[in-house]
Amino acid sequence: MKFKFIEEKIAKSVMIFFALLVVGFVVNIIYTILRRGLPALNWDMISKIPEGGYYNGGGGGILNAIMGSLYIVLGSTFLGLLVSIPIVFYLNVFLNKDSKLAYIARLAFDIMFGIPSIVYGAFAFTIMIYLGMHTSLGGGILVITLLIIPIFIRSMDEVALQLPKDLLDATYALGATKLETIKVVLRQIAPGIATATLLSVGRAIGDAAGVMFTAGFTDSIPTSLSQPAATLPLSVFFQLSSPNADVQDRAYSAALILIFIVLVISVTGRVITTHFSKNKI
Amino acid sequence: MMETLQFGNPAPKNRSLGSLFFSNFLFSRSSIKKSQTKAEKSVYKIRNANLKVSDLNVYIQKNHILKNVNIEIPDKKITCIIGPSGCGKSTLLKTFNRLIDDTEGVKYDGSILVDGTDIFNKKTEITEIRKKMGLLSQRPCPLPMSIYDNIAFGCKMHGEHKKKKLNQIVEEQLKAVGLWEEVKNRLNSPASKLSIGQQQRLCLARGLAVEPEFILADEATSALDPISSKHIEQLFVELKQDYAIIMVTHTLRQALRIADHVVFMYLGEVIEAGPADEVFNNPKQELTRKYLEGAFS
Repeated sequence: MKFKFIEEKIAKSVMIFFALLVVGFVVNIIYTILRRGLPALNWDMISKIPEGGYYNGGGGGILNAIMGSLYIVLGSTFLGLLVSIPIVFYLNVFLNKDSKLAYIARLAFDIMFGIPSIVYGAFAFTIMIYLGMHTSLGGGILVITLLIIPIFIRSMDEVALQLPKDLLDATYALGATKLETIKVVLRQIAPGIATATLLSVGRAIGDAAGVMFTAGFTDSIPTSLSQPAATLPLSVFFQLSSPNADVQDRAYSAALILIFIVLVISVTGRVITTHFSKNKI
Repeated sequence: MMETLQFGNPAPKNRSLGSLFFSNFLFSRSSIKKSQTKAEKSVYKIRNANLKVSDLNVYIQKNHILKNVNIEIPDKKITCIIGPSGCGKSTLLKTFNRLIDDTEGVKYDGSILVDGTDIFNKKTEITEIRKKMGLLSQRPCPLPMSIYDNIAFGCKMHGEHKKKKLNQIVEEQLKAVGLWEEVKNRLNSPASKLSIGQQQRLCLARGLAVEPEFILADEATSALDPISSKHIEQLFVELKQDYAIIMVTHTLRQALRIADHVVFMYLGEVIEAGPADEVFNNPKQELTRKYLEGAFS
């Protein structure tokens, strides 16, 4: 057999090996979480807030963290979309491809992308102290919004850069102003918006460092933006640091719930995306 | 509106007369509005497209793309702009509706009068000018919406929201391009599902729905199969009764088949312009003759 065919076989097996290795990791993580978390999972876990001594094996559940995480994710996704859609639209429709402002803005968003969440947390924390604010749901939402804005912008921008020039021209030719093209642009980049949302939700719900200083942690469900809020990752962290094996198992159930929420959001997101991108050209 | 009269338009629009009349008598606001919409409807079939280019120069980043262009586009005729590639045909077409504004480093001087309004004037609303010029690009470019919305989009944008009226416009325009029978049962399916020839006809219908006076076609048949492109050509011949059609074409045969008026361009200059018979059978310029003989392309 010629060398180039042997070469190809080796390369192919290396590819398969790494692909399986990564899938293996995921399977292993899910298996561990299921093995330890499933037995500890019960209705109380998801329907009750922690009772006294919960972290030492007392009764109750983690409804506080579930609700806190959902509030933060929904709030920050909404704010993130609200901020980033105008930015992406401005960069791609109002500015030229080789505009300096667009270049600087994109560079800034790339830098934002790389900043770790603990830095955002610490930064927001200093501002909150300066303003005399306490740890609160509002603070958590703001920090997570900062964290996911670059994800939103970059993934939507990638899709918007592919916008056909002809499509914009066709819309202008009908007598549209630049702003009026937004209906066309949004439909065309709908898949990008959906991908961006899914990525952002994943990152927002899983972030522990950013919310540690800003949203704080509490055993009750927040009823206003100024009250502190618990989050699932921190709940996992606190339970996992317990020496009590039962409480550790509950940490795995909490992780299981976290993964389940992400899964539900991803699947819904995909269904919605397919629905909205059916008209894409 | 005054300008339309000044430029000696043979049949001034009903709308101009109507609104002049009413504004003189200071009718209440609602009655003016009503009468205008009524006048607009009657204008629909007897409009007079009028396009006059004088001393137009276009530069893109120091390149002199169009040099001293002076032409007039006749109404209710097909004007073909021919010439070798890179001679500025498409640029000229894009200058007509100022789509060229989005090009980096573009500068122009001279004037283009559309119905007596200088489109380069700062006070001119460019959206109004663009509305008057339906555009058909090289590759069909349907909007990312359903077939129905593709046509209704422009009308909604210009303030028509009545469902009944929209339905009527969609049906009318689809019939005008011969697409109604093919798509009437799937108006809500995505426009991208249509064949490329159907898409191009849909784009034409979409342009017609905002009631233009001109149709600008930039090599509109070059991406289509022979049957679809024949279809588009036939449509142009039918539509020239109501519109001024300006088409850029690469195929001389196509120009020979359907042109009433021909503009020959070479390296950014208009070499010869005139009725198709004269230009094709008896070119005045040596360059035109050579191009028609196929000495260069």
